[in-house]
Amino acid sequence: MGLLDKQFAKESIVVTSLEDLLNWSRLSSLWQVGFGLACCAIEMMATSASHYDFDRFGVIPRNSPRQADIIIISGTVTLKMATRIKRIYEQMADPKYVISMGSCSNSGGPYWEHGYHVLKGVDRVIPVDVYVPGCPPRPEALLEGLLKLQEKIRNESLVKKTA
Amino acid sequence: MALKTEHMTLNMGPQHPSTHGVLRLEVELEGEIIKSVQPHIGYLHRCFEKHAEAMTYPQVIPYVDRMDYLAAMYNEFGYAVAVEKLLGIQVPERVEYIRVIMGEFQRIASHLVAVGTYGLDIGAFTPFLFCFRDRERIINLFEMTCGARMLYNYIWVGGLSHDLHPDFVRNAKEFVSYFKPKVKELNDLLSYNRIFIDRTANVGILPLETAINYGISGPNLRGSGFEWDIRKDDTYSVYNKFDFDIPVGKGLQGTVGDCWDRYYIRIQEMGESLKIIEQALEQLPEGDVTSAIPKRIKPPVGQVYSRVENPKGELGYFIISNGSPNPFRVKVKGPSFVHLGIMNELCKGHMIADVIAILGSIDIVLGEVDR
Amino acid sequence: MKNIQEIFDILKEKFGDSILELLTTLPVESFITIAPKKINEVCLFMRDNEELKFNSLMCLSGVDDANGKQVKDENGAVKIEGSTLSVYYHLESTEFRHKVTLKSSAPKENPEVESVALIWHHADWHEREAWDLVGIKFLNHPDLRRILMPYDWEAGHPLQKDYKNPEFYHGMKVPY
Repeated sequence: MGLLDKQFAKESIVVTSLEDLLNWSRLSSLWQVGFGLACCAIEMMATSASHYDFDRFGVIPRNSPRQADIIIISGTVTLKMATRIKRIYEQMADPKYVISMGSCSNSGGPYWEHGYHVLKGVDRVIPVDVYVPGCPPRPEALLEGLLKLQEKIRNESLVKKTA
Repeated sequence: MALKTEHMTLNMGPQHPSTHGVLRLEVELEGEIIKSVQPHIGYLHRCFEKHAEAMTYPQVIPYVDRMDYLAAMYNEFGYAVAVEKLLGIQVPERVEYIRVIMGEFQRIASHLVAVGTYGLDIGAFTPFLFCFRDRERIINLFEMTCGARMLYNYIWVGGLSHDLHPDFVRNAKEFVSYFKPKVKELNDLLSYNRIFIDRTANVGILPLETAINYGISGPNLRGSGFEWDIRKDDTYSVYNKFDFDIPVGKGLQGTVGDCWDRYYIRIQEMGESLKIIEQALEQLPEGDVTSAIPKRIKPPVGQVYSRVENPKGELGYFIISNGSPNPFRVKVKGPSFVHLGIMNELCKGHMIADVIAILGSIDIVLGEVDR
Repeated sequence: MKNIQEIFDILKEKFGDSILELLTTLPVESFITIAPKKINEVCLFMRDNEELKFNSLMCLSGVDDANGKQVKDENGAVKIEGSTLSVYYHLESTEFRHKVTLKSSAPKENPEVESVALIWHHADWHEREAWDLVGIKFLNHPDLRRILMPYDWEAGHPLQKDYKNPEFYHGMKVPY
């Protein structure tokens, strides 16, 4: 903790780095866009319902993308929908994160070969942070994906990366 | 003094919390009053029919699951019945009984989601959590049977992928006795809630003539007071061996065919499904579930239209075979697709807030609307 | 309750040459073939006739029969020429409990079939779907637009057997 270490007498003060504080506050209340696409959306709903309780990780569905931090792409992205997803993503305020849930949004899933109207992977339109495999992934898998995202956020830095 | 109102077009969706998926509604308003509703669909069009043409008959089953993903077991059931008709084969008794048990469990699970999300749309959060808690138990039964929670690939043409788990019957009976009082709990929580009744009774009235002309089926048709259930009226599998009632809308809280009636049919149907499950578990015969599965499925040249009573309504498969291992054409008549077509008729003249109440009451799944 | 032979006789007596044939040799389902430009009159009669009363349309399906000749164009792409597109109608009477299947075929070059959307409203979306995916033009349909595919889809009708998917749509790569 450097120069500030053990410099304060009162216990009510916690010393941390700004980076850690920002990351901690970000990762503990990831509000999600309430947005379901296909089959995976039902598993996403099951994750946020009583049995698996997404709330305990600070994930609350918000219905406006402008108030949300993460978007879970839960299902097949079609060509007709892709432009709308891009727009929803662009409406979200920074910092924003994307979880791609299920095979369909990872890579087209079972529709990769003959799906004339399916976008083969949502990463063709928006950047993805965490891919959760499965068709559909179990709620536990989605929770694991969220924990991975939190880990990623925990290690973020304000410092610009140089090559 | 007459107030002047302004004509306005409101766009609802594709990202909207109450459209049950990716549906876009273009609502024409005159003040608060709806002039017309134009649904725009296809945001989840996953090319099922093209896939079916490129796959062999058994390979189609996983894609069938993904249409109505809330009732995957029943979609497989319908598809298996259709292909078996085309092949002209009989399946063992035990297979039929297990199919019926699974199908009725699936009906309860699907109705639980329908009822739970309907409450959520209207502003009651608690029933949603209650419904999902109970649904989780059914999902566990399915998982114990075939390892998957939602999309099963369990019912195959001519049989099942594997037999029941040794504990299944005991657990299923436990569930039945657990769930029976829950139907009443749901009634106390939601059905007779004053606010809920005020929002759904006398809203979105569907007259019977209109319903038949629009091809409406399932709980929505029965909500309009017509006793029509394919399980009884055009029976398939072993449904004729069970004793159950067909609930119809009686207009208990308002007019026959309003949103509350359609909702209440689903609550009653859960009870009827429990009755069927109880009887089927009692009569469950012994036998081999994989013996009748054909080695090569190559139906003769011909066609069949076969329909079953899906939780949402009449699910029809029109299959044309040209004698090759792949279907020549599979057309699916999904009940959700048909039911969505009546939105305009139901919403006209209502207030803007009623769109949600009406959309929730017809219980659509976008995976099946768009296929 | 009437069987398909009796229904065929009633229709033949009323409409004569527009009722083309009754096919009962194929397994499971028999159907009556009807001229595409007369299908709306036949359907209206079948709905309103006291003996038939087909008040419900169960399903309407468009099919590419692909019964033509395969031709290769200069790019090597296979086209099927001279085939027909068909529409299948599955009708049911909820009162008499009888069912019947009708079929109507039109050449692929000019696939025009009369619409039945004003007889059964149910047919409205099904016909739009058949136009969208198979490419059958329904004459006198109130609102014949694409329904499942995007409104600006230009590559044709995907369920035709010789359909080729485009490489790009709005800058997004389509194939895997």
